[in-house]
Amino acid sequence: MTQSDFKQHALELAQALEPHDALQAAAVLQALRERGAEEFARSDWPGRKSEHWKYTSLLSMQDYASASWATPKAALPPTAALADIEQTDATKLFFVDGAFHVEASDELPAGVTFFSQADESASAVLKNYLGSIAAGVDASRRNLFTSLNNAWLSDGVLVHVAKDAALDKPLYFVHLSSVSQTSQTITNQRLLVVLEQGASAQIIEHFLSADDASSGFVNGLTEIQVGQNARLHHTRLHLEHEASSHIGAVHINLQRDCVVEGFTLAEGGKLKRIDYQMNHCGPGAQLTLNGVYLARHQQLVDYHTTIEHRVPHGTSQEVFRGIVGDKAKAVFNGRIHIHKDAQKTLAELNNRNLLTSNSAEVDTKPELEIYADDVRCAHGATISQLDETSMYYLQSRGIDTAQARMMLSYGFINEVMEALPHETVLRLLQAHLRARFIEESPVE
Amino acid sequence: MLQIKELVAEIEGKQILNGISLNIKPGEVHAIMGPNGSGKSTLGNVLTGREGYVAKSGEVLFNGKNLFDLDIEERAREGLFLAFQYPVEIPGVSNMEFLKAAVDAHRKHHGQPELSSFDFMKLARETSKNVSLDAAFLKRGVNEGFSGGEKKRNEIMQMMLLEPQLCILDETDSGLDIDALQVVANGVNAMRDGKRSFIVVTHYQRLLDYIVPDYVHVLAGGKIVKSGGKELALELEAKGYSWLEGEVA
Repeated sequence: MTQSDFKQHALELAQALEPHDALQAAAVLQALRERGAEEFARSDWPGRKSEHWKYTSLLSMQDYASASWATPKAALPPTAALADIEQTDATKLFFVDGAFHVEASDELPAGVTFFSQADESASAVLKNYLGSIAAGVDASRRNLFTSLNNAWLSDGVLVHVAKDAALDKPLYFVHLSSVSQTSQTITNQRLLVVLEQGASAQIIEHFLSADDASSGFVNGLTEIQVGQNARLHHTRLHLEHEASSHIGAVHINLQRDCVVEGFTLAEGGKLKRIDYQMNHCGPGAQLTLNGVYLARHQQLVDYHTTIEHRVPHGTSQEVFRGIVGDKAKAVFNGRIHIHKDAQKTLAELNNRNLLTSNSAEVDTKPELEIYADDVRCAHGATISQLDETSMYYLQSRGIDTAQARMMLSYGFINEVMEALPHETVLRLLQAHLRARFIEESPVE
Repeated sequence: MLQIKELVAEIEGKQILNGISLNIKPGEVHAIMGPNGSGKSTLGNVLTGREGYVAKSGEVLFNGKNLFDLDIEERAREGLFLAFQYPVEIPGVSNMEFLKAAVDAHRKHHGQPELSSFDFMKLARETSKNVSLDAAFLKRGVNEGFSGGEKKRNEIMQMMLLEPQLCILDETDSGLDIDALQVVANGVNAMRDGKRSFIVVTHYQRLLDYIVPDYVHVLAGGKIVKSGGKELALELEAKGYSWLEGEVA
């Protein structure tokens, strides 16, 4: 089997989809699907020489070359993390293998609808934004998995917050994978968020695996339009089982004077690649993005982020930290592109990595491209090991080596997480990560 | 309590301590003074077991146990404490979490159960009062953004919580104003109970006005060149260290 077998199979899956018969949006969805299939078919399958996939091999995608669509289970599969998630003060929407789980979920708030259920006005929003936010990328940098998500589009969720309106609670998407190792399956997931002028919302996307689930491929694509003066907090968590794969992307368009705060965390897997594409479309927008990635065993995790400053007075602050151990590999590519009209831009990018084994690998590449002359821009990337002096300090207080390592690793990323506004989600993550680091540092 | 016999130690192949002998009995306070580069801080780091500080010969017995048979953390749990000259900042790890881990490690070592979060919080708040540190510091990252004085008070707070048998204060007075110096000295004096011993490493005599030593030793060129009572500190303050240089050679 070769890599292109997956591509061929993916196209066949797309062609075999039932035609859209959605109430109002059928034509929009059908057109996007066809365009996606066409673009995907035309794309070259990325290899080692492809700049955007230089450090991340797609070889393992051949495992899905005869995969079928995941078939949703009727019951919510047992999942340890659910107890914590259920305590979160949020509107929770559960998806199992891509399918909405009505019984487990809260009622859909106003403005939240499925593409397939879109009424006339929702359909108009889809027509304006669906696919077009993600299409804003330079053709040379376009990710073929975005095209594939379009090609595979059967349904998705639209969150539309009207002018000056606010979601009264965070909207929490829980994407559960229940796929077991014996079957290779595929899930296509899609979210569109549109905040009109002055609107505000907090959105959490949380991908995880059920207790006995392990494999499967998810292509998850999120497009977000943040209107003038609107305010968004967006969190995307990837805590899936390490035998699974996820290639996903988040595309955000920032309009004038809006405020966007993002947080993302990913644990490595067989193949995990997340792209963040953020476009300053209107002047004066403020963007912060904090990210954490963790990889161990033979996992791979890859974040590619791009910030396009096309207009003046925008600010961007991006901080990513990673811990990579065992024989795992992490890739971080952070690009900031300041166009010639984007004067008075303030952009900062910082990436720090902690290597906890000699066989671990980190490929980090900050990319700055600046065409405006009156900007402030800073970037830095470091790769280091646990600080020897800090270890000594902890040990000199009676704390053993394993616990000292655990505390320092945890502290390294906790610094980035602490800004999360969702207390319960933060607690959930902190508990999850503590358990992970304790597991990695067995007490002697 | 601590017997150092002919200790020779090096850092990265460079010999710093050239045969130090010192006998510290329970309840005694020994001041170690000396010019910069004389090996004062090295002694503390060799005793606590910092990586890279290697004892080449000699012997150190701590309560009859060979200190060099123990790991850094074991030495600490056995009752050896070093107050750092430059306490380390660890952002992301809260001071509270750090202190509790340290106290629990000590308790476990001595066969006591871990403290509940509630009990520890109470203990930590009380102790922070004793060193005039606002309880808000407990929630911050370890030493993160603390002033020089706050860091030193945090060291003394750790000392109070861990109740060591032997405390080494490594230039704890450096960078302190007179108020902070008094807080630190009061903390140390409150812990002098006739059994606990102290090694006070300092460059200046000032600290010894507040923490009055039983013995003063002058370290120069990696050796103790003179020992005496507390009067020796005053003599050094008046004359400087240069009059002792001859004794190094």
